[in-house]
Amino acid sequence: MGIFTREKKEKLNKGLEKTKESVFKKLSRAVVGKTRVDDTVLDELEEVLISSDVGVDTTIKIIQRIEERVSRDKYMGTSELNIILKEEISALLSENKADGDMDFSIPSGNKPYVIMVVGVNGVGKTTTIAKLAHQFKNKGLKVMLGAADTFRAAAVDQLQIWADRAGVDIVKQGMGSDPASVAFDALSSAKANDLDVVIVDTAGRLHNKINLMNELGKIRKVMDKVVDGAPHEVLLILDGSTGQNAFEQAKQFTKATEVNALAVTKLDGTAKGGVVIGISDQFSIPVKYIGVGEGIEDLQVFNREEFVDSLFS
Amino acid sequence: MFENLSDRLDHSFKLLKGQGRITEINIAETLKEVRRALLDADVNYKIAKSFTDKVKEIALGQDVISSVKPGQMMVKIVHDELAGLMGGEAVDIDIKANPAVLLIAGLQGSGKTTFAGKLAGLLKSKRSKNPLLVACDVYRPAAIEQLKVLGEQLSVSVYTEEDNKNPVKIAKSAVRHARREGFDAVIIDTAGRLAIDEEMMNEIALIKKEVNPQETLFVVDSMTGQDAVNTAKEFNDRLDFEGVVLTKLDGDTRGGAALSIRSVVDKPIKFMSAGEKMDALDVFYPNRMADRILGMGDVVSLVEKAQEHIDVEEARKLQKKIAKNQFNFDDFLAQIQQIKKMGNIKDLASMIPGMGKALRNMDMDDDAFKGIEAIIRSMTLEERTNPVIMNGSRKKRIATGSGTNVQEVNQLIKQFDETRKLMKMMSGKKGRNMARMMSGGGLPGMGR
Repeated sequence: MGIFTREKKEKLNKGLEKTKESVFKKLSRAVVGKTRVDDTVLDELEEVLISSDVGVDTTIKIIQRIEERVSRDKYMGTSELNIILKEEISALLSENKADGDMDFSIPSGNKPYVIMVVGVNGVGKTTTIAKLAHQFKNKGLKVMLGAADTFRAAAVDQLQIWADRAGVDIVKQGMGSDPASVAFDALSSAKANDLDVVIVDTAGRLHNKINLMNELGKIRKVMDKVVDGAPHEVLLILDGSTGQNAFEQAKQFTKATEVNALAVTKLDGTAKGGVVIGISDQFSIPVKYIGVGEGIEDLQVFNREEFVDSLFS
Repeated sequence: MFENLSDRLDHSFKLLKGQGRITEINIAETLKEVRRALLDADVNYKIAKSFTDKVKEIALGQDVISSVKPGQMMVKIVHDELAGLMGGEAVDIDIKANPAVLLIAGLQGSGKTTFAGKLAGLLKSKRSKNPLLVACDVYRPAAIEQLKVLGEQLSVSVYTEEDNKNPVKIAKSAVRHARREGFDAVIIDTAGRLAIDEEMMNEIALIKKEVNPQETLFVVDSMTGQDAVNTAKEFNDRLDFEGVVLTKLDGDTRGGAALSIRSVVDKPIKFMSAGEKMDALDVFYPNRMADRILGMGDVVSLVEKAQEHIDVEEARKLQKKIAKNQFNFDDFLAQIQQIKKMGNIKDLASMIPGMGKALRNMDMDDDAFKGIEAIIRSMTLEERTNPVIMNGSRKKRIATGSGTNVQEVNQLIKQFDETRKLMKMMSGKKGRNMARMMSGGGLPGMGR
């Protein structure tokens, strides 16, 4: 706690401004002229939540909880609604067990610590890797990137440019080469050079392509042969503007690769961010990072309290 | 691709089954399911609401026809409304000008560069154009390189100015270059941008003003959530684009964005992109999409795909062979190659009515035929052309050679015999019509 600098928090607030405005403004508008929470107010709340991509299931859950409280307390004023809503959303997020890491750090005991980055096409895998590499490097860690997206045109070049900018090493082969072999090389080299972290990029793939999902399993297996227990972290990147398909992505990628951390990108700019609430509610995988801008600094370690505060401040 | 939505609708219509007529009471649950299905598919909240209201209004006003079950009637109403919402007829792109200028815009990661490549391929192969790709994404690392690689794959020229960081100037000189060098279509790929990024939106508005494109196309990821309408609206306010391109439709369960965008910005969806291969681009047909949403299959697309990829001359030869009962394993292999050319088997099969649901959990990638191909390739030429000579020891050899077992070989031979019988039967009067249809004769009564 307390790691969030003032500047960082401002960035988070600014990035989520559109979400915040939406939830806050819409809800305020909805309750104008109302003094108590009735069906109309709850209907408005439903619209507000669904329009923020919270998802139908989680929306129903939140509304049911509020209904229960209304019937228990017999009366709830609209002025209390925001406070209670904030409590309920925090509760949904808290039920999801995230570890306490509030900083860009890696757990000790694994050297190199191997992170495998997966996700569908266009969610921002490569950019997130660049930001992560930059952050780890700033913490004094020795970082190696593995360019295992050998499929998309110029993906390797893209990662190379980022590696140069962040000043970290990269292992690559030509386009079309075997991604598992790139991963193998990256891990071997990191091991030989006694590096701290290896981040392996993979090609974007839609989660319903079974062969491509199986390929991820193969890459995983190869990694484990080089470094014991690798990959230690399978980081699924989700695009913050994705709707309900994000749930299916989380489900299928978890099935194929035992995802154990999530990063939600592109949370700056538009009325989204609700997807974070929905995903935290439906999955027991912690949201570890959020991306709130295009700059190399614009990746943050996710903090529940800060996030909810920024929605309601 | 919309299997889940049609499942949900299926389920909610089941609730109506056995009911004699549509009433306010028995329709309520169905409408709730329809609305829930639409929301789960990311249809905008307001649009889902007005949609169900409209369906209800129409449904209640319907005369109850005794021969039609209320459930079936609801399917029709929902289908017609869905098609209407997505905008009646297909709208083509305007490429008459010389050069025709097409500007591509959209959010980060929506698939602009891949679409630009596919569009260039389409203009070249199907519209006999000589397209020029223009790399105006000067921000994302290696974006220019990506377009260059795609251009190489497609044998399409790519215009770049590697040291120029001003996309407006690059776009302008690219159009001049096209005019001078005789390119008759210019496709301008731009950087991804957020609708609220004032500076970036000004930039693309300026590009549009300077190059005056015939078509500005807004590219949107079909998995986009509730925000799709806002983004589309903001891009439309700034660019007044001509059409929308839906990408990543080979993913699952999405499509809500398509419904919402079309009804909010009142601009047609012109293309749908489904796959990473450069030819995985289709014109968007609202009616067919509605059919697909409802799990009614997409027979028209299937036939068109077949016509596109099947060699007329080959088909005619084959027809003769079938008539003479000379169809052999080589032809069988050739058929498999033809089918493989048509694209992903699962995509094809899902176009067949009623197949979508059955296929959901099956993996039917291009590998589906691998075993069969291996077996046929392990046969001698004589065995292939004259299958009757097949005996136990030959089968054993084939099984070893193809890494299968005798059982599998037997199974294939049995299948082949059945196919041959079926083909013989079909080469009667009815069969000839069908063969003609497949070889490019067109389908009577199936025009667009």
